[in-house]
Parts: sequence; structure tokens; C-alpha cells
Amino acid sequence: MTSTSTTTSPPPSALSLRGLRKEFPSPAGPVRAVDGIDLEIAPGEVVAFLGPNGAGKTSTIDMVLGLSAPTSGAVQVFGAEPADAIAAGRVAAVMQTGGLLRDITVGETVALTAALFGRTGSPAPYLERAGIADLADRMVGKCSGGQQQRLRFAMALVSEPDLLLLDEPTTGMDVEGRREFWAAIRADAAAGRTVVFATHYLEEADTYADRVVLVSQGRVVADGSTAEVRSLASGRTVSARIDDDGERAAVAARLRDLPVVDAIDHRGARLVVRTPDSDVVARFLLTQTPACDLEVASENLEDAFVALTATASTSSATRTDGATR
Amino acid sequence: MSATTPITASTSGTGTTPGARTAVRPPIRTSTAVRTYLAVELRRALRNRRNLIFSVVMPPVFFLIFGLQGGYQTQSAGNGNVTAWIAVSMALYGAMVTATGGGASVSVERAQGWTRQLRLTPLRPAVYVAVKLASAMALGAVSVLVTLVVAGATGAQMTLGAWILCALLAWVGSLVFAAFGLFMGYLLPAENVMQILGPVLALLSFGGGLFVPLGDGWWASVAQFFPTYGLAELVHAPLGGDLGVAAVLNVVAWAAIFFVGAAWRFRKDTARV
Repeated sequence: MTSTSTTTSPPPSALSLRGLRKEFPSPAGPVRAVDGIDLEIAPGEVVAFLGPNGAGKTSTIDMVLGLSAPTSGAVQVFGAEPADAIAAGRVAAVMQTGGLLRDITVGETVALTAALFGRTGSPAPYLERAGIADLADRMVGKCSGGQQQRLRFAMALVSEPDLLLLDEPTTGMDVEGRREFWAAIRADAAAGRTVVFATHYLEEADTYADRVVLVSQGRVVADGSTAEVRSLASGRTVSARIDDDGERAAVAARLRDLPVVDAIDHRGARLVVRTPDSDVVARFLLTQTPACDLEVASENLEDAFVALTATASTSSATRTDGATR
Repeated sequence: MSATTPITASTSGTGTTPGARTAVRPPIRTSTAVRTYLAVELRRALRNRRNLIFSVVMPPVFFLIFGLQGGYQTQSAGNGNVTAWIAVSMALYGAMVTATGGGASVSVERAQGWTRQLRLTPLRPAVYVAVKLASAMALGAVSVLVTLVVAGATGAQMTLGAWILCALLAWVGSLVFAAFGLFMGYLLPAENVMQILGPVLALLSFGGGLFVPLGDGWWASVAQFFPTYGLAELVHAPLGGDLGVAAVLNVVAWAAIFFVGAAWRFRKDTARV
């Protein structure tokens, strides 16, 4: 947990992760949940931490909150250790599940949390901001999942954190609940709070974040503004069949030299090429190689997401050259 | 052109001035936090009808059933009558059940993720456990008082000094079982751990001679090793009779075992990261 940072000059990053790694012991040897994440998040950014389940999102958030210690690497929250940032109320979190006492009311829960941060007075303003003012007297155990999630949000607000972390905050919510939850978060973030949320919903990242950090297998595979990440997906895929193995390998090697080729997948006898310029690739394949059965398809964000987070282990038949990792 | 090249996000996008937010943070006073938390815990205790029945209804009801039989009111037991002896037993039993429940509730709340949530606040884990035990002890005091008041009103007799001492010993002694509940809660992490510990406490009370005198048989020797034995002897000491070394050793040893065990699990749990 020692920071070797020498370049920090004011103002520090809201969140700084350097070479962050987390391993968990398992019977089959240590499992690496987080495998070297470097990330700087500036104050005021709303960042989506996007990735499939098991990508290491929750493990990373736990380390940012000081709930678990990194195997190696460093976490700094506004230039401070996580535990100090928690104690100072600079960082707060909305966790996925649990963390509530069912036999007290919504209002009591927020008032208690406020008291733990040294705040006396009415919990009403926080309930208001989280959109649950009308639920103050309801027992927590009688609240729906979405209401409980907004309660967790109200609890996170009491310390007026500069950095708010949300771990898959809308899991299990219906469409309506999800929209109301995000409306509350967005209204709050407009005041300049730094918000980092983990999600595996592309749509959520696309709609609510200014910046998307795509993680897979414990690593950052893409990082950019929502528009930039979307532009990654604006390309097309050209696929064609080449039956001879040697021939196919040779074509793949030549394709890699084309400047417009982003990535090449091998799927059985087919080559799948991701490219922003499908015409060039198609013309090349049809005129200069024995490729046949050619298909051109446009990619959506979903495809980009899958392509960027796909790994060799998920499908042994798919090998991705170049682009990912 | 590969996606590994980070597209550096140079703008925050929201158009807000970084660092413009200046949150006002009052200094955190532990006393405020503890007072509010204790109030919440006491309210929870009063709302929990099930726990109230076990803590403050059953002990006096048991007393009314067992303490007023036959000639107990006229039979002497040291500085009081047999009815008083049974009243003191039930007072300790009530305090024990309450304290055990309070200790065990820590593990219940841990299973619910509440202690994890608390770690996102400045409240220290040791203060949290202290608050839980304090509220359990407050309810324990009510339990002891209710049982003894019912007993006093229905024929239990002992000297004033014995009333006071017995009440205090039952109340303070139940701390040992708060540690027991805490320790067991960590060892048997279940939402309904008290459904296991409740019957266990009843068995321990019978076995340790809290409900019925041990007599002189072979069981009397075995019973000396029960965690209830020492406390049972101790709370009845103000009624007269001699307090054996074995009883004192028993209390000290079990208190040490439960407190060290609970502290060990607690430290392991909070260092779990």
C-alpha cells in the first residue's frame, strides 16, 4: 500500500490506480481477479466501469473502498489511502446487495448513517435527493429492491462524498426503477460529484457515463469517452471462407498488413476481419485470395463489447489477433 | 488502430470545474455516533417482539410456574426462601438469554452485510460491538428487574442486601454470555443462530445446576465444568452458603475462554481483507 507517486501535484486525481493486482487463493492455485489496472479518474468525471461478470469490477471497487487489500499496486483516493478517505467521508459507495437492517425504518437508517459521520439533524434532505422522501417511515424490510437501492444511495450521500462508487447499482431493478435511480444519480452528479459505476449493461454505460473503461479478465481493454468507445464499434466485420489451412494463415498474415484491419478472428475455416473500411477488405479478399462465401456485417456496440472483452479461454475456436489485450 | 491503445479521455465531459465542490465536513464525534446508534439499537430491541418474549416475558413466567410451588415460600434457603432462590435463577437465566442474543446478533448482522456497510463509515468495529453489547446489557437489566419485581410481589423473600447483590451479580455475570453469544455467532454463522443457542442455554442451565439444585450425586462433579455452574453458584451466594473455589475458577475460566475466543474471531473477521 505504499505509494511511490512522485508526480502528484495539486489537484490530485479523484481516483488513482497503479499496477493494481488482486489474487485470491484457490485449490487450483491463486486466481487473479485484477491483473494490473492503471487508471486515473479526474474530479468531476462520471465513469462507467464496464465489463462482463467476473471481470474484476467488484474486486477493484473493494480495494478502492479499503474493504480488501491489493496483492500489489496502489490505490489513492484524492491522494489519500482508501481507509483515510473513508474515515474522512470523501468516498462513499452503493453496494450491490445487503448492508441494510431490515427492522428499522428508511428514515432511521439514513439518520443513523448520518450520525456515524458526525451529522445530526433531519435525514429528510438526503431522502429527498435520493427520491425516497415518501418512504421515510417504511421499514427497510418492506421496501422493494429498487427502493432499497435508492436508500443505499441516500446513505452514501450523507457524508457528501467527493467520489461515489456504485457497484452494479441497478441489478434486479425493473425498467422504471432503473430509470428513477439513474435520474437521482444524474441529478446529483450534475453538482460535480465524481461518480464511478460498475455495470455490465452497455446501455447504462452509454447513457449515463461520460467515459467508459472497459475491463475484461482483470485488465483494462479500452478506455475513452462514450463517443470514442462507440466509434470503436462503428466498424464492420468481413468474413470469408478459406478451406486450406496454410492458405488461410497466409491470407491472415497479408490482411494484417492492410492498414484498415483492426482485428482478425479465426472461426473454423472462416476468417473474421474487423475493419472500418469493409470495401477495401472485401475487394482484397475477392480479388487477391482464394476466399469465398464472403459476408459483410455491421457491428453494434454489443459486438464491440463482446470483441473487446472476449478471451481465448471463452472459446478455444476463436483466436483474436491484434486488437484485444 | 488496435483497441489496446487507450483513448485518453481528456475532458471530464460534464463541464464542471474539478475540485469546485467543497463539502462541509463536521468533525466526527464518536459520542454523537454512539448515542444515536444506541438509541436505534434500543428501539430495535423494543420492536422485536420475539426477543422481548424470550428476554422479559418467559423468565418471570417460568418463575411463576416453578417458584411458587408447594411450600417453597415457607421453606428457607439461606437468607431467603426457596421462592427467592428460584427467582434469582430465573433472573440470571433471563439476563443470560438476553446477553447471548445480543452477542449472537453481531454475526447475524454480519451475514446481512451490515458490518461491511459500517466499514464504509468512520465507526470502528470495536465500537460497533460495544454498542451491540451495551444495548443487550440494557435489555438484560430490564429482564432482571422484571423477574425480581414479579418475584418480590408474589412471595419471594430475602434480605435487602441479597436482593441488590443478586440482581447485580446476575446482570454483570451475564456479560460472560454476551461473549459466548459473540463467539458462537462467529463460529456458527447463521441467520437463526439463536434457534440453536436458545435450547443450548436451557440445557446448560439444567446441567449446570441453575434450575435445580445439583445434590451430591455424580452429576454434581460433572456439572462443575458447565459454563453455567460458576455463575449459578455466584448469583446464589448472597443467599448464604459457601462459594466454592471451583465456582470462582469456573466463572473465570469460561469468561476467559469466551472473551478470548470472541476477540480472536472478531480480529480475524475485521482483518479478513
